[in-house]
Amino acid sequence: MQKFTRITSVAAPLMQANIDTDTIIPMSRYVTAEIDTLHQFAFEPLRFNADGSENPNFALNQRAFRGAHILIVGPNFGCGSSRETAVWAIAGLGIRCIIAPSFGSIFYANCFQSGLLPVVLPLVTVEAFAVLAETEPERAEFTVNLETCQVVPPKGASVSFQVEPFRRVALLEGLDDIGLTMKHDEEIADFQRQDRQQRPWIYLR
Amino acid sequence: MLSDPLTLIDKIWDQHVVADLGSEFALLHVDRSLIHDLSGARALKTVAEIGHSVRNPELTFATPDHTVSTEPGADHVGPQYERCVKPLRRYSQENGIQMFDIGEPGHGIVHVIGPELGLTLPGTTVLCGDSHTCTHGGLGALAWGIGTSEVTHVLATQTIIQRKPKCMRINFDGILDCGVEPKDLILSVIGRLGAAAGDGYAIEYAGQAIQGMSIDERMTICNLSIEMGAKIGMVAPDNTTFEYIAGRQFAPRDEEWELAVEHWQTLPGDEDAQFDAEVMIAVAGVAPQVTWGTSPEHVTAIDGLVPDPAAEADSDKRRAMAAALEYTDLVPGTPLDGIPIDRVFIGSCTNSRLSDLRRAANLARGRRVADNVRAWVVPGSEDVKRAAVAEGLDTIFRDAGFDWREPGCSLCVGSNGETVAAGQRCVSTTNRNFVGRQGKDSKTHLVSPGMAVAAAISGRISDVRKLLN
Ligand code: SF4
Repeated sequence: MQKFTRITSVAAPLMQANIDTDTIIPMSRYVTAEIDTLHQFAFEPLRFNADGSENPNFALNQRAFRGAHILIVGPNFGCGSSRETAVWAIAGLGIRCIIAPSFGSIFYANCFQSGLLPVVLPLVTVEAFAVLAETEPERAEFTVNLETCQVVPPKGASVSFQVEPFRRVALLEGLDDIGLTMKHDEEIADFQRQDRQQRPWIYLR
Repeated sequence: MLSDPLTLIDKIWDQHVVADLGSEFALLHVDRSLIHDLSGARALKTVAEIGHSVRNPELTFATPDHTVSTEPGADHVGPQYERCVKPLRRYSQENGIQMFDIGEPGHGIVHVIGPELGLTLPGTTVLCGDSHTCTHGGLGALAWGIGTSEVTHVLATQTIIQRKPKCMRINFDGILDCGVEPKDLILSVIGRLGAAAGDGYAIEYAGQAIQGMSIDERMTICNLSIEMGAKIGMVAPDNTTFEYIAGRQFAPRDEEWELAVEHWQTLPGDEDAQFDAEVMIAVAGVAPQVTWGTSPEHVTAIDGLVPDPAAEADSDKRRAMAAALEYTDLVPGTPLDGIPIDRVFIGSCTNSRLSDLRRAANLARGRRVADNVRAWVVPGSEDVKRAAVAEGLDTIFRDAGFDWREPGCSLCVGSNGETVAAGQRCVSTTNRNFVGRQGKDSKTHLVSPGMAVAAAISGRISDVRKLLN
């Protein structure tokens, strides 16, 4: 998994509330696309017009934001279906960090599995960032620093964010969950041995 | 020393901690891991690729549901058969995982079969790579949906890394009015609290209305927890729960049954347990609901009007409402009752169990689906299908002009190629009315099974209570 320490980039604003994972990656694409092509269909219903042409109003289609590594989004981003392809599609666009007032909880958990940092900040802050991102968009660079847990906007004071310490360390070191858990293999075996005594009906063989 | 009073969720959580990982994270044991055709094969493949094996195949169960065709006579073979169903079958076999294959008893939508087979039990942790895993909470299981990487983790380690959620209790006071279903109740709660109200919470549903509900009905309530933003929704186990489980295929028997029930009886929360949030809902007076927009929170009573975004004070909400109405092609001020429709879908893990089909069939008996409407009934599982056929429900539906189909997810998400055509309006017993959910540019109105029948018969969104008089 890719490490995350610090990134500096322009930030594309998508402030619509409740952008769900069906919108981030439509089911038809989830079923048929290979993992490394998913980004082509990221935000498909918003990014493209009915005739397949790009919707010029969609931030990621605007020149200033095409190479953005940061998204600034509205509340409850990534709600809905658990499909991790939503995270893969966004990560495939080169996005490393999403700043939101709140996230869909399964999407939030999925982000950490792909080295994508979800940052939760108060709605007023996120809205102010979105405005900053859109004024002089080509020069409005944000820095997200996971070591100090701070976002430095193009103008004004930097803002601290919180991320669970456990998740932070894993991202900083690029650690993968399974490797981490394998260190507890003995404890898992012990748990099952004891549990089998207490709840024998759980263990079907 | 007296220990702190605990909630249902606290108790189950504590019983599953394998290791404390600090900062409120724990490594939890997973009692039941359920996999399906969308993410199951991919996760099983990854487990092998990274040099692991499935730790407890006997606690893992597979079923193909999302991509199977539900067309009668098509043997369930949909366009994604080669890509999704076949690899699931192969990897399950290679790993010694029991798969409930298409057409066999036990096959069906993963959230319908888990409870039906007695795999889902009170006090168990049940995980599946699907957000509606919260459905299993209807039996008092701590169950939630996870992503594909987490499925891989569960397969390899039989554990999950999880942060303890906050607890919210929603108390339902009173009983439902005639013609109003649990689906209406939970939709109205989502409308009132919003699609993100449960973010970060596990919800325990309680109160008189919940106590009086069957397990099927409790599952419908829990199913929509994720549409309120909560990964977990659950109901404390009681005698209704035990009666439901007794005798099911994988349920404990004999001595183990006695032991299990004794354990299950200790699970309900202590009387003075504290919740991080608590909501009281008066049930009487809740009317049948119907959604008008593109989020389950865009919902109103059937006798309501399409709302006017201009009247919404919050600018973000106003924008979202306007965009939703543009998509659903509705004009503010229009009565919901009477909007013409093209399709009806009765099915999905929300409302495709036998009791749902019975309720729908009772209303459909002796009536006719409107000429301009195509109405589908898709049972949630092979067992539901067979039981329904044994009762003659299929005949009632067919005689009324409904299409009676094979089990699967079908039109709920369209990942099997069954979709609502662009521009068409579908009244659906499912759980999501998102943009494009049932097919590109299709419009979805979420309702209860009774309301779905009322719409099919009249060819319009319609108040089911008119059929009761
Ligand atoms: S029925 Fe619908 S919501 Fe339920 S598991 Fe299938 S696709 Fe998901």
